Amino acid sequence: MERNTDAAQTKAKGRKRHLPLRRGLFATSAMLTPAVALAEREYNLQTPVTPIATQIFDLHLLITGICAIIFVAVFSVMFYSIFAHRKSKGHPAAQFHENTTVEVIWTVIPFLILLLMAFPATRTILAMKDASVPDMTVKVTGFQWKWQYDYLDHGFSYVSNLKTPSAQIHNLDTKDEHYLLDVDQPMVVPTGKKVRVLITAGDVIHSWWVPAFGVKQDAIPGFVRDSWFKAETPGIYRGQCAELCGKEHGFMPIVVEVKTPEAYAQWVDEQKKKSAASAEDTAKEWDLKDLVAQGEKVYLANCAACHQPTGKGVPPAFPALDGSKVALGPVASHLDTVLNGVVRNGQPTAMVPWKNTLSTTDIAAVVTYERNAWGNHTGDAVQPSVVAAAKK
Amino acid sequence: MSTIAHHPAGHGDAHEHAHHPSGIMRWITTTNHKDIGTLYLWFSFIMFLAGGTLALTIRTELFHPGLQIVEPEFFNSLTTLHGLIMIFGAIMPAAVGFANWQVPLMIGAPDMAFARMNNWSFWLLPFAASLLIGSFFVPGGAAAGGWTLYAPLSVQAGMGMDLTIFAVHIMGASSIMGSINIITTILNLRAPGMTLMKMPLFVWTWLITAYLLIAVMPVLAGAVTMLLTDRHFGTSFFNAAGGGDPVMFQHIFWFFGHPEVYIMILPSFGIVSTIIPAFARKPLFGYASMVYATSSIAILSFIVWAHHMFTVGMPAAGQLFFMYATMLIAVPTGVKVFNWLATMWRGSMTFETPMLFAIGFIFLFTMGGFTGLVLAITPVDIQLQDTYYVVAHFHYVLVAGSLFAFFGGIYYWLPKWCGRMYNETLGKWHFWLSMIFFNVTFFPMHFLGLAGMPRRVPDYATQFTDFNEIATIGAFGFGLSQILFLYIVLTAIRGGAPAPARPWEGADTLEWTLPSPVPYHTFETPPQIA
Repeated sequence: MERNTDAAQTKAKGRKRHLPLRRGLFATSAMLTPAVALAEREYNLQTPVTPIATQIFDLHLLITGICAIIFVAVFSVMFYSIFAHRKSKGHPAAQFHENTTVEVIWTVIPFLILLLMAFPATRTILAMKDASVPDMTVKVTGFQWKWQYDYLDHGFSYVSNLKTPSAQIHNLDTKDEHYLLDVDQPMVVPTGKKVRVLITAGDVIHSWWVPAFGVKQDAIPGFVRDSWFKAETPGIYRGQCAELCGKEHGFMPIVVEVKTPEAYAQWVDEQKKKSAASAEDTAKEWDLKDLVAQGEKVYLANCAACHQPTGKGVPPAFPALDGSKVALGPVASHLDTVLNGVVRNGQPTAMVPWKNTLSTTDIAAVVTYERNAWGNHTGDAVQPSVVAAAKK
Repeated sequence: MSTIAHHPAGHGDAHEHAHHPSGIMRWITTTNHKDIGTLYLWFSFIMFLAGGTLALTIRTELFHPGLQIVEPEFFNSLTTLHGLIMIFGAIMPAAVGFANWQVPLMIGAPDMAFARMNNWSFWLLPFAASLLIGSFFVPGGAAAGGWTLYAPLSVQAGMGMDLTIFAVHIMGASSIMGSINIITTILNLRAPGMTLMKMPLFVWTWLITAYLLIAVMPVLAGAVTMLLTDRHFGTSFFNAAGGGDPVMFQHIFWFFGHPEVYIMILPSFGIVSTIIPAFARKPLFGYASMVYATSSIAILSFIVWAHHMFTVGMPAAGQLFFMYATMLIAVPTGVKVFNWLATMWRGSMTFETPMLFAIGFIFLFTMGGFTGLVLAITPVDIQLQDTYYVVAHFHYVLVAGSLFAFFGGIYYWLPKWCGRMYNETLGKWHFWLSMIFFNVTFFPMHFLGLAGMPRRVPDYATQFTDFNEIATIGAFGFGLSQILFLYIVLTAIRGGAPAPARPWEGADTLEWTLPSPVPYHTFETPPQIA
């Protein structure tokens, strides 16, 4: 079985702490499904690394444990009855059919058990909802099908894409350890800090979920929701989009790297420098060749999921670009489509606006690429300055 | 289909009135509640096989990580249509089929109150089903946004979504007409002396179900109509840029969706409450408290909808309210389970196939109930929402719940309906195969969800492989077991041993006073209830 090596030491720690409760649950589940082998598999929630996730972990064990006990008790009675009160054993049928006292008893006792469950649950809910006084804030935006992280305190942002190559998904290559759970640029946070995440979406509803943090919050287009976590242990934690968001829903993982505060500070510095270095010179004139080369990268990262690497698309939902009227028509309308997206009947479509997601140079590059790739040979080199002008 | 035809043997005068067209016109023009019940049941079985085929395609794709046989967009259509077909095509029509056959027989009524509307309620369904299944063949393919049709994803979709919306409208109309008919029949056509509190529990559960349907089907119709106008007529109900709210769709949808859950399970409660006393040879324990428990479940079902939405980000007060309300449902549900147990207690039980399915129902439905309680706890739900744990949970209550009860009901009443016994040995095989393969399929899904596998994904990380393999093997076993069920029913209808009027020793409701097979027209003179 493959597992997250980065978090292995925390797992071991979690194991020890939860052992007694776990053992009880194992005994029960093993009884219910003797078929399940004893090989090392995950039978429970992922090992928590935040105080909230720990509370949820314990709460789940508590509730499941209580349910398992009631289940065993109730069905012992039923199976005893099935065993003993059968006609083949000559058991005569009693004719009682009413007893108000027992009805009251089996209404009141479950109610009391529920009260017992409600107390710890309420405490956890109130703790989860308290996103006040964060140490830092990161805005997370879901797009079809990637996540964007804006570090509001530091003024830089980047997009996080699935890193698993398409060859592995199509079984042409061996799947690596973090198949489908790896991204090009993870979100990075420091240990021991209360991180508030502001979560929204640019197109449809997504859901930002990191199991080890106990955070799952839907990302709703047009609204900002928040959640928070305080990760205690450095490591790499992986999750996935948890709300069906279209074709590539299964292919937009979330990866969060938790670093020590020192390593985090260093990372922030690097990001700031990178961000300053790439501050764009939109006046620069590019060669056609360089634009196409850059454009191909941008295309494969952002456009190929729908329009396909071959440019053939998946009509009619995702039209072909190879030989399309847009890609062979006037530059201005091609740019408009990419910058502002396609709106039909007043509703946004799967072709979302890219002007805020991609840089001016990247848009110039990808438009140039689309006009000069596959069977398209317009020879147009769309310069960043043209894009900058069109943006205004 | 014509196998449950009128048999001339039997009931004195009754059959002389059985003039009806023969062949296909009999079924198209029929206003007889027994014919229509038969139509509903066969229709739902065909839809069950169609939805099952989609499910097996899903399970085949998920046998191993990586994409093997279907593309992601088509995979999403499969999960969406599997849900819609099973809920609106298989479970709900099967329940209405039981109501059509059994409600008039159990209350001593000659037929349903609105016989012609009854015909129309059924014949709308094949059209709706054609729209749903036909949507696979339109440009852009079938709806792929999940059976919940969440906006704005469903606003983005192709014309398959429009066909789905129309299909939902038609099926909603059918359900509403069916419900009006059932309520009117129960309230007006009971035999003299049959007071409400003397009605068999199956009739009670359907009375309550029918009220739930009338209350919430129009809400669903409203939600999908808003979706339609957002898609084509420039409204912005669910678009924040136009002043709408995508989450509003979810609130409206689940205001329908949660009572819908009970619409699918209450008739099954009724069937199980009929079977258990018959095979325990002992009256149902706590009849009155069963009625009250069913009513409380129905009422509570209107105030728990947002537990499907704990992750949308509602205020703490909202989460607390919906958590407490949801947990409360465990109380009346527990009362029902305890009453069934008390009915079995010190009975004189035998274990023919209907009883096996009823016990299987109690056992597995209770497990689904417990995972439901786990999911009611908001913080835990936030971890488990949209994972395979939820998939496991609702298949425990819908497949091992509703479906198992329906199987039990078919075995129980088939001798009455067609006058022939099914093969008991094969029936028991059907039960044990279904029971085992059901658990092989769905039990591992709890672990998948806990470990973090999201639902509605065509591909998954490699650590989820072994449980997915087990689930796929189980799914094929479960699917094939249902072919055995078809074989058992067909051989029973065509050549089963003749059934006595009352094949089950402990069965004491009105239908068993009639000969088997039951005549085409019954209770033209109302029976007198003591």
